[in-house]
Amino acid sequence: MPNGDGTYTLDLREEERALIAAIVPDLRGLLADDPNDEMLTRLFPTARPDDPEAEAEFRGMVRDELVTKRLSRLDIVAELAEATVLDQEQLAAWLGCVNDIRLVLGTRLGVTEDDEFDDDPEVDDPESVARSAYWYLGWLLEHLVEASASEL
Amino acid sequence: MSPAAPVEIAPSEVRQTTSDTDVRPDRPWKVIVWNDPINLMSYVTFVFQKLFGYSKEKAAQLMLDVHYKGRAVVSDGPKEKAEMDVFRLHEHGLWATMEHDD
Repeated sequence: MPNGDGTYTLDLREEERALIAAIVPDLRGLLADDPNDEMLTRLFPTARPDDPEAEAEFRGMVRDELVTKRLSRLDIVAELAEATVLDQEQLAAWLGCVNDIRLVLGTRLGVTEDDEFDDDPEVDDPESVARSAYWYLGWLLEHLVEASASEL
Repeated sequence: MSPAAPVEIAPSEVRQTTSDTDVRPDRPWKVIVWNDPINLMSYVTFVFQKLFGYSKEKAAQLMLDVHYKGRAVVSDGPKEKAEMDVFRLHEHGLWATMEHDD
């Protein structure tokens, strides 16, 4: 929630912070060790589907920087896992980071346009934890977007 | 996209958002954002506002074009600008491509 002075209150429950604190190092590890993992496909879209040569050139230009920027916002969020007040830059890191995590989780879950998520998944669903996390992160992201948009 | 957020702005008309008729030689590239099932509609609208300085109305219209038509041209310009725009969209997790406007 925006405080009106360029800072934002991050009011999360203990288990919400625990979830973020658990996922962030996992994504950081994957991104640092194997940025080509297919779970990360959505973080590095193809820019030039019509021209493989141009695509390779574009990738060569941007790939390292995209990885670096993502790692640095993951680090910011890891450091601020317990924070209750964020400045604008920290809020932007949370926003980008939560969106990245959703993209990776959504890829893993094979999310399609027709999927509906709620906080009461099927009991026998082996991915019920991931589905609940995906649903929760969507809710959190809505709030982060709302707070971010208030400063535009 | 995932319509988790209420959409406040309804499309009142089909708007020409592409630069198909704009073939000035100094604006030869189009940056396109494609629909995807994960990104939230509110997030996509916010990213268009933040990156391109669009009004909320214009950003929301582009987002709706992406959602309902499958794609929208979100910016155009010289190659270097298009590459920078695609990079920034990828940084924000949006599925963006660029193509020659010819």
